[in-house]
Amino acid sequence: MAHSPGLWQAGSFRRAAASLAALVVFTGIAGAAEHRVEPGEGANERLIEALILAEPGDTVTIAAGRYELTDGLSLDVDEVTVRGEGTDRTVLSFKGQTGAGEGLLVTSDKVVLADFAVEDTKGDGIKSKGSDQITFRNLRVEWTRGPHEENGAYGVYPVSSKNVLIDGVTVRGAADAGIYVGQSEDIVVRNSVAEYNVAGIEIENSYRADVYGNRAAHNTGGILVFDLPDLPVQGGHDIRVFDNEIVDNDTPNFAPKGNIVAIVPKGMGVMVMANRNVHVFNNRFDGNGTAHVLIAAYPNEYDDDSYMFVPRGVYIHGNEYGEGGFEPDGEVGKIITDVIGEPVPDIVWDGVTRIPEYFSWVSAENRIYIEEDEGTSFANLKMISQMLLPWGWWPSTDIAAHAGSLPEPAPVQLPQDGGA
Amino acid sequence: MIDSRLIKGVWLAGAFLLSGAPAYAVSAEAILADRPPKLLSEFGFFAEMKAQEPAAGVVPFSINTPLFSDKALKFRFVHVPEGEAARFVADEAFEFPVGSALIKTFAFPADFRESDRDVRLIETRVLLRHEDGWQAWAYVWNEKQTEAELKIAGARVAIETVDESGEPFSIAYSVPNKNQCKGCHALGDEIVPLGPKARNLNGDFAYLDGSRNQLEYWVEHGMLAGAPPLTETVAVPDWRDETADLDARARAWLDVNCAHCHRREGPASNSGLFLTWGEEDRRALGIMKRPVAAGKGSGDREFDIKPGDPDGSILIYRVDSTEPGIMMPELGRTLADPEAVALLREWISTLSQ
Repeated sequence: MAHSPGLWQAGSFRRAAASLAALVVFTGIAGAAEHRVEPGEGANERLIEALILAEPGDTVTIAAGRYELTDGLSLDVDEVTVRGEGTDRTVLSFKGQTGAGEGLLVTSDKVVLADFAVEDTKGDGIKSKGSDQITFRNLRVEWTRGPHEENGAYGVYPVSSKNVLIDGVTVRGAADAGIYVGQSEDIVVRNSVAEYNVAGIEIENSYRADVYGNRAAHNTGGILVFDLPDLPVQGGHDIRVFDNEIVDNDTPNFAPKGNIVAIVPKGMGVMVMANRNVHVFNNRFDGNGTAHVLIAAYPNEYDDDSYMFVPRGVYIHGNEYGEGGFEPDGEVGKIITDVIGEPVPDIVWDGVTRIPEYFSWVSAENRIYIEEDEGTSFANLKMISQMLLPWGWWPSTDIAAHAGSLPEPAPVQLPQDGGA
Repeated sequence: MIDSRLIKGVWLAGAFLLSGAPAYAVSAEAILADRPPKLLSEFGFFAEMKAQEPAAGVVPFSINTPLFSDKALKFRFVHVPEGEAARFVADEAFEFPVGSALIKTFAFPADFRESDRDVRLIETRVLLRHEDGWQAWAYVWNEKQTEAELKIAGARVAIETVDESGEPFSIAYSVPNKNQCKGCHALGDEIVPLGPKARNLNGDFAYLDGSRNQLEYWVEHGMLAGAPPLTETVAVPDWRDETADLDARARAWLDVNCAHCHRREGPASNSGLFLTWGEEDRRALGIMKRPVAAGKGSGDREFDIKPGDPDGSILIYRVDSTEPGIMMPELGRTLADPEAVALLREWISTLSQ
């Protein structure tokens, strides 16, 4: 249990070396050191120490092998890369975890996490809180027993972070969302796979996100774009969901009650709840038994004057729709089919607007726009009419009523990804 | 024990007169070093390490409602460089001058029925005030109780003792690593002390020369400047004091056990649940608030606090749990505190919608 003098001295030695090197102008790599952690006796402590003693510019390499960890890991040093030797070769297993709310917690800036796997954490998998320029690249986060309500909530979990890049990660078995980005700004989620989670990918209370080139399959719901009340950051906006494969989301909801995703029915493709300026395009939908796309208001009571509970400005276009709506699930499925019957149309809007707008109009930038191939089915459930005029209303399937478009938000540029 | 202390006191005074400086001077050099010393003794905080007898310039203190740490006994000390003073702050920890140190030793008695006998020291945590902020480190005591050694990666220590009812009590006590220290002590990007706030210190302490209000004592000894009169200073009650107001007891417990993270600037800011002593927004306090990232921590309950319904309140579920991923606080305990759970249950059952 003694701390490793090797690392300790390496740190001091390196600083001495760095100050020497500082005499030589423009030797950019002088300060960067590599700490290599091998599996075996005391690996948990050696890993914790390496992450604590790393200095800006350093790389912590986690050598191939299986690590049975009992305590959570954390990184609080800026400009550190933590790299494994492949998501099947460097495996951090937290099956025996006895403390901490997540497997790995990052609270510093300009951090890259790459090429390792995190398995069976008691709480969340990999979390970043308050990080600027955080990159999750080629990682696997998995609960190996498959869907289970006692699995951790989130797999890859940046929150209150800025400039978030999630690239090529795979998450399986999260009891809330596989990839969850919350209360963050400037986000790219791409080339990733989310399977067998309650929500595959969820962007919540966040500003400017591009979600593209991902595969969301066999979750309860594929991709969720949510905005919730009573949080320090709300008013999520400017979200683009495109070029994704959102198919066969057929896992029964296993989220513990009380969590917002517990309302998501099995077989949801994309669900947009509240939020502003959301663009869903060029995705491929197939095999989603409740509905491919659902646009809805926040369903619960709330007491928060600054919260906008209805979606504002949603543009759905150019998507490909396979079979769907054949097995509507849960309370949401029932609400839909009670109004419109089966099968459920490809795109469903609950039709909730604010009461003053119901009696006047919704301004152009706040409307729902749909431009899809002929044959794409649609329903406006007109839930407001249902409430106000219980004796005389009917749902609408007139997709042409939603013709039009919204200007697309600019692509998200991240400094760690060649952007500004 | 008392005899030896008296003798040592006399001896100390003698040494002081002879040399013109305290024999056990605190080492400013150790406190301010770039890298922390490897041994606790290098700081010179204690005249007698094992007896936790402070050196000259090191003052013991206590707080009205302490954090629950698996029933560990805690001995707290503060050092403020001579001739300098901490600045009074109304609602946060005082602002201590560079070179100050806060020292806290965690210990377990061999038998909780006689908790002042055969006390085994486990770890001593230090917070050191540097020019660029606070540094946090933990030192783990050796078997012989003669020295404590720096542990950067934390440690688990097996505790085998006997509880108040005579039952065996054994836990794997967790010494935090440096980042875990920050898990509770982070405010924005800074490490901050948690205990030494006016509302926690505003109470009596049994000093060797008699019992005194701690704030008064600190002011009189030049350790604290800018303090308003005691009559204008808030005090939280001891949460176990059954004569105190129930709401104040529960809020004091939540303030100390939860609000280091659950505050607007804290590590749990994203939860929207804020449990600070002064929090007045009922929704932020959790009343009829839905969880955001609770996962299985929700326990199938819908609200953080459901007034009148402790069994419908997530807060009770998580405070009562000992399972990682569910239990709150996440760090610093492996056990639940049944008395605290009972207090919070009682408090929630009296709340109105």
